[in-house]
Amino acid sequence: MKISFSVNEVPHSIEIKDENTPLLWVIRDMLHLKGTKYGCGKAACGACTLHVDGEAVRSCSYAVKFAEGKKIRTIEGLGTKENPHPVQQAWIEEIVPQCGYCQPGFMMATAALIDKIPEPTDDDIDRNIINVCRCATYYRMRKAIHRAAQIQRTTSKTME
Amino acid sequence: MKTIPHSIPIILLLVGGILMTAIYSRGVVSSYSSTTIPNNEVLKDTPFDKMMQVLTHERCINCHPNDNIPKQGKDSHPHYFGMKRGEDNLGFTATQCTTCHQPENNDYSGVPGAPHWSLAPKSMGWQGLDKYEIAKAMLDRAKNGNRSHDELVHHLTEDSLVLWAFDPGVDHEGIPRETPPISEAEYKAAVIAWFENGAIIPKE
Ligand code: FES
Ligand code: FES
Repeated sequence: MKISFSVNEVPHSIEIKDENTPLLWVIRDMLHLKGTKYGCGKAACGACTLHVDGEAVRSCSYAVKFAEGKKIRTIEGLGTKENPHPVQQAWIEEIVPQCGYCQPGFMMATAALIDKIPEPTDDDIDRNIINVCRCATYYRMRKAIHRAAQIQRTTSKTME
Repeated sequence: MKTIPHSIPIILLLVGGILMTAIYSRGVVSSYSSTTIPNNEVLKDTPFDKMMQVLTHERCINCHPNDNIPKQGKDSHPHYFGMKRGEDNLGFTATQCTTCHQPENNDYSGVPGAPHWSLAPKSMGWQGLDKYEIAKAMLDRAKNGNRSHDELVHHLTEDSLVLWAFDPGVDHEGIPRETPPISEAEYKAAVIAWFENGAIIPKE
């Protein structure tokens, strides 16, 4: 079966036998974008979080057939070294990662959060950022989420 | 030679640990029981009773909670990860039900799915009610989303999220979820017959 979608604004058409293959494996093994991680495969940890049409989605539990015609964004499409996304900027400033494995998922979840709630409270963070970090970087992550929101607010103000 | 006596206490510890875990998890399981049909009740064969065997089953009740927390599993434990009703019964702003639940069951992850996956509105909280109370709440237009009898029959027999109960997929271990005790066809016939006969709630 042929499925077409864009990933980080690049159009892709893939030919796949099992249309129920999790999007995660198409992204990692067919498109070779290894930033999106496999943690549990059960929609429990959030390591595989990416955006589908701007919504945070756990790609280990998302059949690729549902991606037809959609816009997918992965951690590779968040920002660049020269022009980091506010979430990436904040993550660098707060030196968040420990081993790093869970971080792309957290960052994608955070990017979706601050798009929808530009000034998230601690409660908003508790409700919406429910990924799992085995290194327990939660404390630094919370600081970075507030900081990312602040950078995004300032950037969007300057752009107005 | 020395390894044998050493391994015995380790094996005993392991077995003990497994037993303790089993006993502990049983304790946790029973404290979340939401079954609304008393175990000793003789199940009757009327359309009302047949319909209620389905509507009181955890496949239905888990998403009709009497609080803001969806329930999961045969033991109706609170949804993992702190997920709650959120806005519009669809979860939180950036982490919604659809972050994980798609329009179909996912047999790879064991995450259940159906079109418009959501929690039943708060006014339709059935958890903890008996079958007579559920029937009363279901017919009450102030609680049922202002649905007429015809609209209720449609919701109960045509809505793909309601009918998901009969095709609930596999859990995270790949084990099929339990379905209600009667078949989809029997359930639909019972609902239609009960409404055709005036939707009369029998005396308790
Ligand atoms: S790998 Fe998808 S949620 Fe854990
Ligand atoms: S940084 Fe190691 S799992 Fe989160």
